[in-house]
Amino acid sequence: MKKHKWLETSYISLMMAFLYAPILVLMIFSFNDSKSRNVWSGFTLHWYRDLFHDQEIISALMITLLIAFASAAIATVLGTAAAIGLNKMNRKLKSVVMTFTTLPMVNPDIITGVSLMLLFIYLRVEFGLSTLILAHVTFNVPYVILNVMPKLRTMDKHTYEAAMDLGCNPVQAFFKVVIPEIMPGIMSGFLMALTFSMDDFVISYFVGGASVQTLPVAIWSQTRRRVTPKINALSTIIFVVVVAVLVISNIHSARKEKMLREGRQREVRQRKVGE
Amino acid sequence: MKDNILISLKDVQVEYDGQSILKGINLDIRDEEFITFLGPSGCGKTTTLRIIGGFAEPNGGDVFFDGQKINGVPPHKRNINTVFQRYALFPHLNVFDNVAFALNVKKMDKKLIAKKVKEMLALVNLSGFESRNINQLSGGQQQRVAIARALVNEPKVLLLDEPLGALDLKLRKDMQTELMRIQKSLKITFIYVTHDQEEALTMSDRVVVMKDGEILQIGTPQDIYNEPANAFVADFIGESNIIDGVMYEDFEVEFAGQAFHCVDKGFNLNERVDVVIRPEDIIVGDYETSPISGQVESVIFKGVHFEITVDAHGYKWLIHSTQSQEVGALIGMNVKPSDIHIMRKMEVQ
Repeated sequence: MKKHKWLETSYISLMMAFLYAPILVLMIFSFNDSKSRNVWSGFTLHWYRDLFHDQEIISALMITLLIAFASAAIATVLGTAAAIGLNKMNRKLKSVVMTFTTLPMVNPDIITGVSLMLLFIYLRVEFGLSTLILAHVTFNVPYVILNVMPKLRTMDKHTYEAAMDLGCNPVQAFFKVVIPEIMPGIMSGFLMALTFSMDDFVISYFVGGASVQTLPVAIWSQTRRRVTPKINALSTIIFVVVVAVLVISNIHSARKEKMLREGRQREVRQRKVGE
Repeated sequence: MKDNILISLKDVQVEYDGQSILKGINLDIRDEEFITFLGPSGCGKTTTLRIIGGFAEPNGGDVFFDGQKINGVPPHKRNINTVFQRYALFPHLNVFDNVAFALNVKKMDKKLIAKKVKEMLALVNLSGFESRNINQLSGGQQQRVAIARALVNEPKVLLLDEPLGALDLKLRKDMQTELMRIQKSLKITFIYVTHDQEEALTMSDRVVVMKDGEILQIGTPQDIYNEPANAFVADFIGESNIIDGVMYEDFEVEFAGQAFHCVDKGFNLNERVDVVIRPEDIIVGDYETSPISGQVESVIFKGVHFEITVDAHGYKWLIHSTQSQEVGALIGMNVKPSDIHIMRKMEVQ
């Protein structure tokens, strides 16, 4: 077994290289003191300074964030309500509705994008912020539903009744007990919607119109003219932020799991003492 | 236990998907009583409990609480609280906030809430657990939180839906005693649902035996055990030998090919009956002289007694005896007249 160790190590290294070398190169060249994309000519931060002075990029970033938060929030409310309704349906009807809600996820983005664009033209809706938000809500709702549904399924079906039993009217029971219990699902649905919204290029390209540009669309149109290391700097920042969020959320869930594990161990210990 | 009637069910019927779940239940529950609904799963005991709690509505019949009709009154407007089967605690709240939930909904003064929660946690032996997370508690502790959470509201009636089902045997015994102590000290009505006959006999003032949406018998544990209304009750409440018999005349019954004296009367001449004999009432005797004789088939040690199966002309008798027997031995069996229980045959189902 021992002599295969190098095989194992080199396989993993090769895989890591494939995954992260492009990003590493991109990050390194965001600090390169020339426009060259293959010759290192010294360290600089001036691409970052340029980036923050680029009105086009900054306004695109703001628009992207605005659309992401607005569409994710709307999709979360709609998706959660839909999940609760679906959960109450009988099995047959539920599977039919679920198939239709998950269809947009497997449907190629370009088809969703073109069809939304045609729909907006047909309805004479002016392209801009509103069409972008509508489009993003459309493709985000299924992700929220898929995140909330499992939480509803695993929830003790008597929890809602218990709240009523303890004096809540149906509305109070819903907000005091059901919502807090499915909150982890709602949050992960919201975060997923946020990411997909910021990530989207194809659909935004079709429904954004001429006046409003999201960040991916802005980057794409800049690279069409010339690729400046500003884009490297921007990508570096986005990558660092994403990694940071990922690390924080992983630490958080690891802590929670540890707490649960300790609780279970304590129970086992008490059982043993009890015997 | 008081004499006044607190809850009254009048001809309560429930149908679900065209199936009759409750077939006209009539039941009076007294104030401060510990009453248990006992029956196999699907007998309608949980449905009856849910109707009293307000979680289900009867398709026919009325429910009265303290003389007032409460059909259609939602759960949060009934002075009744419930301990649910799997506790249904709120995992996003700690022990204190779970118990304080009902008081917080009522917007009670914070100081008063703290005092009441403290008292309740002391009652269920959980003092000092206030800030614990629900997931950090053992099954037994979660059970206690569920009881405290329901009782803090000072209900007149506590409904318990198989609350000890998820606990192991030792813990279940402890909690039985605990529940009886709590019920006696708070002087409120407990309505308890279980399929465990031993639990029902141990804890209750009265037991309601149910089957297929009907009440078969209501009575004290002694009544139910000693004078079961029919063979089903007899078999469900503890193990029994149930044999076909014929009632010759008053005080004289024939079964296992022998005539026996008994203490029952009022049957038709030669009426076919069920004869029920408890395994612990069978007296082991001499093979030659005893009225019933057979061969020992198996002997199992059960701690307090031996469980002995005896084959007597095809019928397998079950005997509980403190004395062991050799497998294969030929033994005789006898029964005292007062231990022979005669029951009318149930209608063919």
